[in-house]
Amino acid sequence: MLQEESDLSLIIAQIVQKLKGSNLYAQLERQAWASLQRPEIKLESLKEDIKEFFKISGWEKKLQNAVYSELSVFPLPSHPAAPPEHLKEPLVYMRKAQGSWEKRILKSLNSMCTELSIPLARKRPVGEQKELLNKWNEMGTDEPDLSLFRPVYAPKDFLEVLINLRNPNYENGDSLSFRTHLGLIQVPLKVKDIPELKEFFVELGLTTGQLGIDDSTQVPPELFENEHVRIGQKVLAEQDSAAAQQYIRQGSPTALRAELWALILNISSQPEDILYYEQLKTNVIQHDLLVDSLIYKDVKLTASNDDYYFVFEDYLYQVLLCFSRDTSVLGHFAYSSASPPKSYIRGKLGLEEYAVFYPPNGVIPFHGFSMYVAPLCFLYHEPSKLYQIFREMYVRFFFRLHSISSHPSGIVSLCLLFETLLQTYLPQLFYHLREIGAQPLRISFKWMVRAFSGYLATDQLLLLWDRILGYNSLEILAG
Amino acid sequence: MSRVSVPCHVKGTVALQVGDVRTSQGRPGVLVIDVTFPSVAPFELQEITFKNYYTAFLTIRVRQHTSTHTPAKWVTCLRDYCLMPDPHSEEGAQEYVSLFKHQMLCDMARVLELRLILRQPSPLWLSFTVEELQIYQQGPKSPSMTFPKWLSHPVPCEQSAPLLEGLPEPSRVSSEVQQMWALTEMIRASHASTRIGRFDVDGCYDLNLLSYT
Repeated sequence: MLQEESDLSLIIAQIVQKLKGSNLYAQLERQAWASLQRPEIKLESLKEDIKEFFKISGWEKKLQNAVYSELSVFPLPSHPAAPPEHLKEPLVYMRKAQGSWEKRILKSLNSMCTELSIPLARKRPVGEQKELLNKWNEMGTDEPDLSLFRPVYAPKDFLEVLINLRNPNYENGDSLSFRTHLGLIQVPLKVKDIPELKEFFVELGLTTGQLGIDDSTQVPPELFENEHVRIGQKVLAEQDSAAAQQYIRQGSPTALRAELWALILNISSQPEDILYYEQLKTNVIQHDLLVDSLIYKDVKLTASNDDYYFVFEDYLYQVLLCFSRDTSVLGHFAYSSASPPKSYIRGKLGLEEYAVFYPPNGVIPFHGFSMYVAPLCFLYHEPSKLYQIFREMYVRFFFRLHSISSHPSGIVSLCLLFETLLQTYLPQLFYHLREIGAQPLRISFKWMVRAFSGYLATDQLLLLWDRILGYNSLEILAG
Repeated sequence: MSRVSVPCHVKGTVALQVGDVRTSQGRPGVLVIDVTFPSVAPFELQEITFKNYYTAFLTIRVRQHTSTHTPAKWVTCLRDYCLMPDPHSEEGAQEYVSLFKHQMLCDMARVLELRLILRQPSPLWLSFTVEELQIYQQGPKSPSMTFPKWLSHPVPCEQSAPLLEGLPEPSRVSSEVQQMWALTEMIRASHASTRIGRFDVDGCYDLNLLSYT
């Protein structure tokens, strides 16, 4: 009991520390000062009266949502003797694999730089800055010559790395044993089996109503749909993050989806957020990065060719270019197994004061990266809100899909879960595919890495992403 | 509670196996590690910390110092503590673990020697052990302060003089002022840790190549 109490106080201290630097803290402080004018706040019971005021005016709810959001995103404080790398990824051989994968990416990017003689980053001349500012809303009309650029890596390269992942302490011999992995992934991670999945995804059972199935035209709306929409409106009126997350497990009505997602991810468009987005836009205009060309190439190759998403091409540029300048994304590397690439200002190699991260957000886009943003464009039309939602989705979920880690929502676990489920449920299909030389993971890997974006119709995709938010886990992608 | 590390000597692991180690097919599933404390007198154990490496179950036996001249016996103080919920998979395989005095089955005063018995029933792993073993004892208690008598037993005050009309009661005022002072102290002590969003160095972000280190 002593241990649990000290763990709880450690968690509370950590969350308080994080929230202190946030916008919400400043707003609460301002509200508290303003509330001193009110007649019901008395001096002798100052603390209790202000607490009561916060409860009535809805500010306590906002604080509750912020704390819930912190709890969902950040891992619990670990053992005091554990070094920070352990928090990123506890298994040593996975850390090593991620490190060597990152080195390969860096080499590839560096060789592209030297071949094309383009610097990684440069300051734009003033004329070019003006031109870009004018064209900001229609960057899609630009047709730069991108034929020499190639994506840094594609999902199939990443799959090859995962296939070769081995635990040095594991019996990897040729003899068949009760635990031989028949699929491609050879790492013995713990994945949920069918009974555990049934328990975890209990709201997706056959006896519970679901949007996407029970709201089709043959089913009368009185059975499920009307009630569900009514509950949704109530949840939004209450502005409660935890309730929204529970509600969305059964799917979200299209009209309410944008607000529900913003509530769950704890995004509210404050003037400061719009200002932050404008600041990022200024950064894009001032500096030109090689990563920008990679983003251009990726959007032209993937989203522009897609029937559903080509209309959003301009939005994609606006979001992705700003995303790569956003240093707040660096915070997620504390709990991700990946590390941001480093570089030095020209001429100052080795001097620590001139060491910077490249790109500023530490994330190098790969082939298909822009598809993470594309479905969100259906929900949000205002660039700064769209940007915030995408950033939050990335630092909560999408980063796990392209880094090597042992986390249950990491891509390695998802692949293993997929293969195990297929072997259990459809063993004949699995055996047949294996016999003809087409391992099923090779087919489904690209679906999972992109979270099915581009492979499912948009309405179905958004229902799937509803469940990702509701369960705070990517395991549904493998299911 | 403070704790002080106790220097210990960890002897090499001994595998327990039936039959000859060289000729038998399987790998040992039980390892024993002895921990002695050559330079320290019998002490009270507070905490044991280590990093697991694929050990599934841990049993600890302790030999304590007895005041009479009977030979010290081995007593089990932790039985089959589970480190890996599923011995065949990686969960918990490389975690950092702390074991405290209150989790032990017996009293841990006057410890002479420890014996850690590691078990890994799964045949899938090539080796298993525990690393970075640290033993801690109770740290020195904070020195107790003796208050002067007049501070701990204040003299009861005499009847206060009758209040002037219209002024608030002094004890209420003093309690309010105390509360406000406490709030201001809290505000002064806290400081926000805000992030600066700049990614360039003095406006310059000219980069050539990425660095590999």
